[in-house]
Amino acid sequence: MRYLPLTESDREAMLAVIAASSLDAATIDDLYRDVPEAARLDGLVDLPRHAGEIAVERAIGGFAAGNMVAGSVPSFLGAGAYHHHVPAAVDALIQRGEFLTSYTPYQPEISQGTLQALFEFQTQVALITGMEVANASMYDGSTACAEAVLMASRITRRDIAIVSGGLHPHYADVVETMARFTPLEVVRNRPMAPIKGVHDTSVLEAAIDENTACVVVQQPDLFGVLRDFQKLAAVCHDAGALLIVAVPEVVSLGALAAPGDYGADIVVGEGQGLGVGLNFGGPYVGLFATRDRYVRQMPGRLAGETLDVDGRRGWVLTLSAREQHIRRGKATSNICTNSGLCALAFSIHLSLLGETGFTRLAALNHDRAIGTADALDDVAGVDVLNSAFFNEITVRLNRPAAQVVDKLAERRVLAGVPVTRLYPDRDDLADLLLVTATELTTDDDIAALARGLGEALR
Amino acid sequence: MSARKYTDEHEWIDVDGDIATIGISDYAQGQLGDIVFVELPAAGRALAQGDEAAVIESVKAASELYAPIDGEVAEVNPRLGDEPGLINSAPTGDGWFIKVKITDKSQIEGLMDESAYQDFIGTLE
Repeated sequence: MRYLPLTESDREAMLAVIAASSLDAATIDDLYRDVPEAARLDGLVDLPRHAGEIAVERAIGGFAAGNMVAGSVPSFLGAGAYHHHVPAAVDALIQRGEFLTSYTPYQPEISQGTLQALFEFQTQVALITGMEVANASMYDGSTACAEAVLMASRITRRDIAIVSGGLHPHYADVVETMARFTPLEVVRNRPMAPIKGVHDTSVLEAAIDENTACVVVQQPDLFGVLRDFQKLAAVCHDAGALLIVAVPEVVSLGALAAPGDYGADIVVGEGQGLGVGLNFGGPYVGLFATRDRYVRQMPGRLAGETLDVDGRRGWVLTLSAREQHIRRGKATSNICTNSGLCALAFSIHLSLLGETGFTRLAALNHDRAIGTADALDDVAGVDVLNSAFFNEITVRLNRPAAQVVDKLAERRVLAGVPVTRLYPDRDDLADLLLVTATELTTDDDIAALARGLGEALR
Repeated sequence: MSARKYTDEHEWIDVDGDIATIGISDYAQGQLGDIVFVELPAAGRALAQGDEAAVIESVKAASELYAPIDGEVAEVNPRLGDEPGLINSAPTGDGWFIKVKITDKSQIEGLMDESAYQDFIGTLE
């Protein structure tokens, strides 16, 4: 039996009302005019009939077995989502009912644990980014990046955002989407293959003028390249523009200078690398930190420390007048929530690591990447393009990278992300492969990759 | 100094020569509750009548101070940064927001005087 809440006469009645007010919307099809023809479904989806639980489990299990899971094979995938070890304690703690089941639990009378956890999260994010204040998290790194651009525009009262070609294109796409119905103009610089020894930011510097709201860069960039942004920051500030630094691989902050120390005004990041796991691409946790003087222009929730009537330490949401439930249409953002559980996982993992552990984890990642780069340098047909990197490098292959990745997948090695996966129209980047190593990368994994590439490129 | 005038957005305006001092009414501060923050415009900013000139945050609401007339911001109240509570304790005195160099004095004639404003807020209760 199918459940159809509306009768045919209900529909006709509603359509009649619409037709009366908008002239030509008279049939169901008219309501879907904005959906492109190619995206519309013509008829029913061809699904199998219902089945018993055992049969369903068997069928779905069969689909799942078709996946090649990062943890089950040598994996060098990165490009925005990083395969790191998640300590068992993280899952054990976040699955406690007090944390797992409470949705947007911000009522201070009953939510001191959650609010304190968020406060600790904010403190950690501010510390590792070198900023003064961080919010209680955003949906993910890309939306945090878009919110940063909107915030820079509010602060500077300017409408041009210059986006580095090294920013992950998914981040840049989200910036464009969120800017679409605003006066903001997003100027995307052309991504270029890394050149050894070239780390300058002169192209971005030259683009800045008195109309620039912000410049958005990524560290390390999409290609794994590291840059000193101090000069760019100075040029931005001289022109009254803000520097936004995006950090998709949060573990890098254990090894690299904090963006706040080289002049960033807003730091956004993807916290997935600490405690969250790959999760098929989400849910993730966006990091957002800035200078104290900009706190009232910041998007998102903010937990603050206070004293109760008896003088005891406690936590509440603070500076809420920025937010939609108070400021309505003039709120700094339409986000009314945060990635609470992922933020908690992030904080538990980072607390377990401590400052020393975080630094050592980052050093280990870098060490594994050096091992990978050295091994690949010895493979005929592979050219490592980075001279400085954290845990991700770009290599040039002697043929299109996508087909090589497919070939290695057949040998159960996930060799990396072909740049054409992100830039399908850029034939000039077709031979580039993004290769990431983490603390999970073993010597055997590296040997398997080198051997596989050696054979595939012969 | 001419008599104080009011807007239906609850701003008051005192005129002294070609400078107008602007704040929010006692009624407005009472409605907003404890004011915890104000964001003031930069000196020199040109305002048109009805523009958002300042942002007011209280413990229970966020609202705006609208420019009652056209003009250029000559001065902002430097004390409000650290003492936004002045707006509650002395809304028409030390709690003033901005001083504006008046562009068009005729606009002031269109505003309410004290008794018209009291009648107006009487209709809101």
